[in-house]
Amino acid sequence: MPALLEAKGLTAGYGAAPVLHGLDFEVEEGGVTALLGANGAGKTTTLRAVCGMVRTTGEIRLGGQSIAGRATEDIARLGLAHVPDGRGTFMELTVEENFRLGAYVRRDREVQADFERMWEWFPRLRQRWRQQAGTLSGGEQQMLAIARALLLRPRLLLLDEPSFGLAPLIVQEIFAIMRRIREESGVGILLVEQNANLALELADRAYLLETGRIVVAGPAAELREDEAIRRSYLGY
Amino acid sequence: MSATDRIALPLRRPATALAAWQRSALVLAGLAAALAPLWLLESFHLFQLTMAVIMALAVLGLNIVTGYNGQISLGHGAFFAVGAYATAILMSHLDWSFWATLPVSAVVCGLIGYGVGFPALRLGGLYLALTTFSLAVAVPQILKHKSIEGWTGGVQGLFLVKPDPPAFLPLTPDQWMYCMALIVSSVCFLLAWNLIRGRIGRALMATRDHPIAAEAMGMDIAALKTQAFAVSAMITGLAGSLSAVAVEYVAPDSFSFALSINLFVGMVVGGVASILGSLFGGLFVLFVPNIAEAISKAAPGVIYGVILIAFLFLLPDGFAGLLRRLAARLRRASP
Amino acid sequence: MDGLAHQIVAGIATGGIYAAVSLALVMIYQATHHVNFAQGEMATLSTFIAWSMIEAGIPYWVAFFATIAISFVIGAAVERLLMRPVQNAPVLTHVGVFIGLLLIVGNATGWIFGYTTKLFPTPFESDKPLLGGLVSAHELGSTAVTLAVLSLVYLFFRHTRLGLAMRAAAYNPRSARLVGIRVGWMLALGWGLAAAIGAVAGMMVAPVVFLDPTMMLGILLYAFAGALLGGIDNPSGAVIGGFAVGVLENLAGAYVVGTELKLTVALAIIIGVLVVKPSGLFGRVVMSRV
Repeated sequence: MPALLEAKGLTAGYGAAPVLHGLDFEVEEGGVTALLGANGAGKTTTLRAVCGMVRTTGEIRLGGQSIAGRATEDIARLGLAHVPDGRGTFMELTVEENFRLGAYVRRDREVQADFERMWEWFPRLRQRWRQQAGTLSGGEQQMLAIARALLLRPRLLLLDEPSFGLAPLIVQEIFAIMRRIREESGVGILLVEQNANLALELADRAYLLETGRIVVAGPAAELREDEAIRRSYLGY
Repeated sequence: MSATDRIALPLRRPATALAAWQRSALVLAGLAAALAPLWLLESFHLFQLTMAVIMALAVLGLNIVTGYNGQISLGHGAFFAVGAYATAILMSHLDWSFWATLPVSAVVCGLIGYGVGFPALRLGGLYLALTTFSLAVAVPQILKHKSIEGWTGGVQGLFLVKPDPPAFLPLTPDQWMYCMALIVSSVCFLLAWNLIRGRIGRALMATRDHPIAAEAMGMDIAALKTQAFAVSAMITGLAGSLSAVAVEYVAPDSFSFALSINLFVGMVVGGVASILGSLFGGLFVLFVPNIAEAISKAAPGVIYGVILIAFLFLLPDGFAGLLRRLAARLRRASP
Repeated sequence: MDGLAHQIVAGIATGGIYAAVSLALVMIYQATHHVNFAQGEMATLSTFIAWSMIEAGIPYWVAFFATIAISFVIGAAVERLLMRPVQNAPVLTHVGVFIGLLLIVGNATGWIFGYTTKLFPTPFESDKPLLGGLVSAHELGSTAVTLAVLSLVYLFFRHTRLGLAMRAAAYNPRSARLVGIRVGWMLALGWGLAAAIGAVAGMMVAPVVFLDPTMMLGILLYAFAGALLGGIDNPSGAVIGGFAVGVLENLAGAYVVGTELKLTVALAIIIGVLVVKPSGLFGRVVMSRV
């Protein structure tokens, strides 16, 4: 069976200067893949490349179907949800409207059921239902962003630093929810994270990026155990 | 040394150094080309050329504030009108000579420009465009108003007479008018050229392109912008003064919304932020509608619109930009 | 006192027209951060289209709805053909394209239909005086029509999936793409809607001011004033602003400056709002201080 997401020889960049130099990586069906690396290694660009927000060359396949060079909205419609840096919630709209937008492309009858599932996973969002997203706390906004992405019923979820700028307790809460998502929804996740420790706990595969190249790839458990990698790249 | 001196923005290529004799030859050739129409054209075409020179001056004024300083004005016809009326009122009510009215016209327009520049400071590009657009639409109505009818002549407007040439010059009034337009415009173009290629010009463009950086470097952006508005209004106002005597008549409907739009179109087609482009703009504004009008009354407007959009899409730096690129290609071809 | 009441009622009737055009302006402003200087000219063209249909013997309301549909298509086409190619260009380019559009549409209208003033029929006629002669049938009818249009637009944006998607695309195009919204089409749709609303305003005002190619220029000024007064990024504010400006204009015209300076009143409101409260009464602060 092919992997859910397969990238081969992926390059991408802004303007003339390439940021990624030929990446190969995969996300298994229902698996969690972590992309690690220092600031400026190209993690965010990788996510943007996958969902068509920057120009790319090379191959990207989602469930065997090529998505390279397609428009972001078409890629979303194929079942790829992205929680970008800066979260990508609609600040001016209410929580409810953000939910509805999350399910914008869906025509099935289970949207309401999915709303209820999100309320269960993120009870705080239910309390804020009619509030403007911009008035939510940082943690709540991150939860809203994840809920909004999941409401697409994606096959693959891209998460760009879900812990960014949040208090440690909130980060714990969000990762706990993500473990639950992983177990209950069967969605594949490509996770970019500064906090390597947390990411490797959640992930089953991991790639380490350095200046636009993959320098280490392997099962997350192995990376976590490898003393040398940990010291020289992950810094803990 | 002030802060602006230290900015090394690549705004203009250094002019290619010309030998002294080459420069004098160029100046002489230019002078000859400018004066030749005096003898080559009969009076109607000379009048048209006079108006083209005047429009070029008006476009130059607009270019200083919109092209070089990035404050979009769609209402420069208003300053043109103020200049024209200042001269007309002084000449017809108070019997001033034309030359004497010019400083007054310049000062009045400069002050009004300065006044408009103040609220403009607080407005982003679009709001200023919107306000000046409204100004352009409202101008004829204001000029017609009863309360100032005694001075402006209301809907009828004011009639005046072209000044006679000085006795020692063997010129007709039409020829002398052309000379006056040429003199005033040349002075303004030279002053503008000096202003733009120097420290102030760099500061104007820096506030247009990198306002935050410019402010961080200690430029007084508010002062720069209001002064740019004042200078711009002054130049366009002088063009208005010239036009009042050239046409020998001012009336509210000569300064309609269309005039402001024409100046804007002339600036874009001639070349935004280009001194030379303003000259082409003036020629364009005067001659293209004449040609188009042969087709239909509405045709100039439609053709104007099409040309404007075509330039924005294909030649956003206007005719002057096209010439610049052609010249650069020629230079490369023959080193 | 009757005079005052009449001025206010008449102000509300014209205010409805301004409100509609303000709303059209604000819709495009919200989606693209541009002010469509050609909005008035486009509405005039629509009104002429309606006029020629009515002249050809087509019943008023058929022509009315057909005009709305045609205007919608024209608006969407303008976005795709003219605005799309320059969407990343500087403000000056946009203003230039709008001015070009204004010149083309305005003069083409004159070219096709001529510059003579034309009578435009009103569907609302009554022999009996209404509300004790306070209001004409057309004033009442046109106010009802503009209010209906404004409510429909409101309901569309608040309660439909497409309306929500359009708002999302306007607020945050990048995120909108991520949830699968085709942002480019939303912009075209917005332009189409704006043109359709403008068409209604044109058809409602034409019986009052008579139809000629420059009919909307003054109205556009009032719509600017209304949009700015309400806050140019706030559709409901713009509607309220439009009505307020209508009443203000009528009162100023009747009691203060006379009818010769009506356009100047609009200019004064615009400058006044921008100097005193640039964000308008209900808008977010969008001042650029540099």
